[in-house]
Amino acid sequence: MDENIAEAIEAAPAAATSDAVVAETFRVKMTTRNVNVHYAEKHALRDVTLDIGEREVTALIGPSGCGKSTYLRCLNRMNDTIDICRVTGRLELDGQDIYDDSVDVVQLRASIGMVFQKPNPFPKSIFDNVAYGPRVHGLVSDRADLDRLVEQSLRKAGLFDEVKDRLGDPGTSLSGGQQQRLCIARAIAVGPEVILMDEPCSSLDPIATARIEELIDELRQNYTIVIVTHSMQQAARVSQKTAFFHLGDLIEQGETPRIFTNPRDEKTQGYITGRFG
Amino acid sequence: MTDSAQSVLISGQKEKVRRGLDRRLRSERRFRAYGIVAIVLAVLMLLFLVGTIVSNGYSAFSQTWIEVDVLLDGELIAPDGKTDPETLREDGDFRGALIETLVADYKPEGRAQEDLLVAMFSTDAEWTLQRHVIANPDLIGRKISIWVKSSSDIDQLTKGAVRRDSPESGRRLKDLQLRWYDRMTAENRVETRFNSGFFSSGDSREPEQAGIWGAIVGSFLTMLVTLVLAFPVGLAAAVYLEEFAPKNRLTDLIEVNINNLAAVPSIVFGLLGLAVFLNFFELPRSAPLVGGMVLALMTLPTIIISARASLLAVPPSVREAALGLGASRVQVVSHHVLPLAMPGILTGTIIGMARALGETAPLLMIGMVAFIVDIPGGPTDASTVMPVQIYLWADSPERGFVEKTSGAVMVLLVFLIVMNASAVYLRKKFERRW
Repeated sequence: MDENIAEAIEAAPAAATSDAVVAETFRVKMTTRNVNVHYAEKHALRDVTLDIGEREVTALIGPSGCGKSTYLRCLNRMNDTIDICRVTGRLELDGQDIYDDSVDVVQLRASIGMVFQKPNPFPKSIFDNVAYGPRVHGLVSDRADLDRLVEQSLRKAGLFDEVKDRLGDPGTSLSGGQQQRLCIARAIAVGPEVILMDEPCSSLDPIATARIEELIDELRQNYTIVIVTHSMQQAARVSQKTAFFHLGDLIEQGETPRIFTNPRDEKTQGYITGRFG
Repeated sequence: MTDSAQSVLISGQKEKVRRGLDRRLRSERRFRAYGIVAIVLAVLMLLFLVGTIVSNGYSAFSQTWIEVDVLLDGELIAPDGKTDPETLREDGDFRGALIETLVADYKPEGRAQEDLLVAMFSTDAEWTLQRHVIANPDLIGRKISIWVKSSSDIDQLTKGAVRRDSPESGRRLKDLQLRWYDRMTAENRVETRFNSGFFSSGDSREPEQAGIWGAIVGSFLTMLVTLVLAFPVGLAAAVYLEEFAPKNRLTDLIEVNINNLAAVPSIVFGLLGLAVFLNFFELPRSAPLVGGMVLALMTLPTIIISARASLLAVPPSVREAALGLGASRVQVVSHHVLPLAMPGILTGTIIGMARALGETAPLLMIGMVAFIVDIPGGPTDASTVMPVQIYLWADSPERGFVEKTSGAVMVLLVFLIVMNASAVYLRKKFERRW
C-alpha cells in the first residue's frame, strides 16, 4: 500500500512538482473555525478548524463514521435539511459567514455545488439533468444560451462526446461512471466556485474511477474541490491538501505528499498504513 | 483431531442434515399446499359470488314488450278536435283508448277481469302511446299496432321466474291472465327487448320502469364533489407533513390521528355530516353536495396515508441532488418529488374514491336514501347513489326488484373494476425507475 501511495504521489503532476508554486499562489477559499456538529445528543464533529485553498483539491480521509461527510455537508449547509442536526462554529466562503441569517441557502448552493456518493441523476433526459440548475436559477434567457451552457458543462465533465447524439435519453440509462460525470456536469452548469464530492467513485469500477480522477484534476484549474474518499491512493493521486479525521476530530492536515510520506500523528500513520480503519 | 475422528463427525453431521432436510422439505411442501388451497378457496368464493349476482341480475337488462292494437278514437284522444301536442298531452285519454281496444279484443267479463287485463301492461303503456300519437297526430281515428311494456309480473313470467303449476291463489298472475298471455304469445305479440330504460331512467315504484340512471348521475356528482375536496386537501396535507413539517410531538399526534381516522366506521362520518352540514350549516338534505362532503372527510385519511407512503418511497438521493443544485424546498417537491410520487398518489386516490363510491351508511344519515324519481341536475338537487339504490331495491317487496338489485350491483361492480383497472394502468404507465 505504501508503495502504491508513493507511486501515486510520483505520478500526480501538480503535487510532486509544483509544491513551491502552489505555496506561492495559495489563497484561502473557505475557512472553518471551531466547527461542531451535534446529531441530537451525538457529538459528531469536534472543533474542526480547516482552511480550504482556492483552485486546489482538498481530500478528507478517515475511517467510516469519522465525520468527514458530515463536515463536507456543513460546507454547503446540506445538514440544514436534517432536523436533529445542529451546527456551531464559523464557516466562511470568501470571508462571508455562510451560516449568517442574511445568506440565502439557495444562492449558497449555487456557488457550492455537490456530487454525491451514488450517482443520482434525475429521472429525466440527459439534457434536462444538466439544464435543471440553470433553469432553476434563471441563468439563461433563451434556448440557444441554454444549449450552449449544457454542451459546455458536458464538455467540461468529459461526457459530451459520449452523449451528444442522445441528449434526449434518460440520464438513468447511462452507465455508472457516465452518470457520475453527468452529475458533475449538472453541478458545473450552475457555475459554482466550490465543488464538494462525497466519495464520488465508491460505486464505480476502476476504469470509471480513473476517468473521474482525471476529470477532477482538470477541474482543479477552475474550481475549488473538496473530496471525501475512502481510497488513500485516490487521495494521494488527486489532492494537494489532505485532512485526516478520526472519531469526529480533525487529527492532521497538510500537503498531501507530506501526510502520506511523513505523518506527524501516529493515528494518521496507523490509518494510512492500513493498521485500522 | 485425527482423520478418523473427523470422518465420524462428518458422517454424523451428514445424517443429521439429511434428517433435518426431510423435515424442511416437508414443511415447505405443506406451506405451499396451504397457499394453493387458500387461493383456490378464494377464487371459488369469488366465482360463486359473481356467479350468483350475474345469474340473478342478467335478466334485469332485458324487458318484455307486448304488441297491442289500439283504435285511436278521436272522441277520447282529441275530444275537441285539436291535435297540437299541448292539447293532446293535457286532454287526451290515451289510457281510455288503450283499455277500450283491449276490452274489445280480449273480452273480459266484468270489471274485475278488466282490471286483470289492464294489469298485464305497464302503466308506462299509455305514455308510450301518447308519445307515439303526439309524434304522428295524423294517426288519430285509425287503428294502429304498437309495442308497449308489459307489467313486471308478465315480464317475470316471460323470464321464467313464475311457476304456473302452483295453486292460483298463491300466484300474482291468475289463470285468466295466463290464458291471455298464451294467446298473445301464439299471435307473436310478445317480445323480449334490451332494457334501455334501465340505463336512462330514474327510480320508480314499478319494477319495469325503474332505472339506475338517476343513481349513476347522483354517484357521479357525489364523487366529483368528493374528488374536488379530498384530493387537493389530502395532497397538500401529505406534502406538508412529509416534506416540510418538523418532526415533533404535535406532528406525531396528527399522524396518529390521521391513521385513526382511516379506521373510523363510515357511519360516524354520516352522523357528523348530519350534525354539522345539515343541522348547523343547513345545507340541502339528500344532496350530492353534502354526500360528497361527507365522503371527502371519509376519503381524506386514505388519500393522505397513501400519498405520504408514495412521497416516502421517492429516494432521498433525488431530493439531495436537487437541493445540492440550489433548488428551494418547494422546487424540490414540485419539480422532482411530486412527479415521481404521482402514480402512487393517484392510485391511492382512485382506490379511496372506489371505496367512497361503494359507501352506503354515511349517506343514509344525510337523507340520500329518499325515493327520488327525477334525474338530479346538479349537486344541490335531491338524489341517491348507486349503493343506496341497491339498498332501496333490495328492500322492495316486488319480485321484479330482485333482478334489478343484482343488475344494479353488476353496474356498480363494473364501475369499481374500471376505476381499479385505471389505477393499475396509471401506476404502470407513469412508474419510473431510477
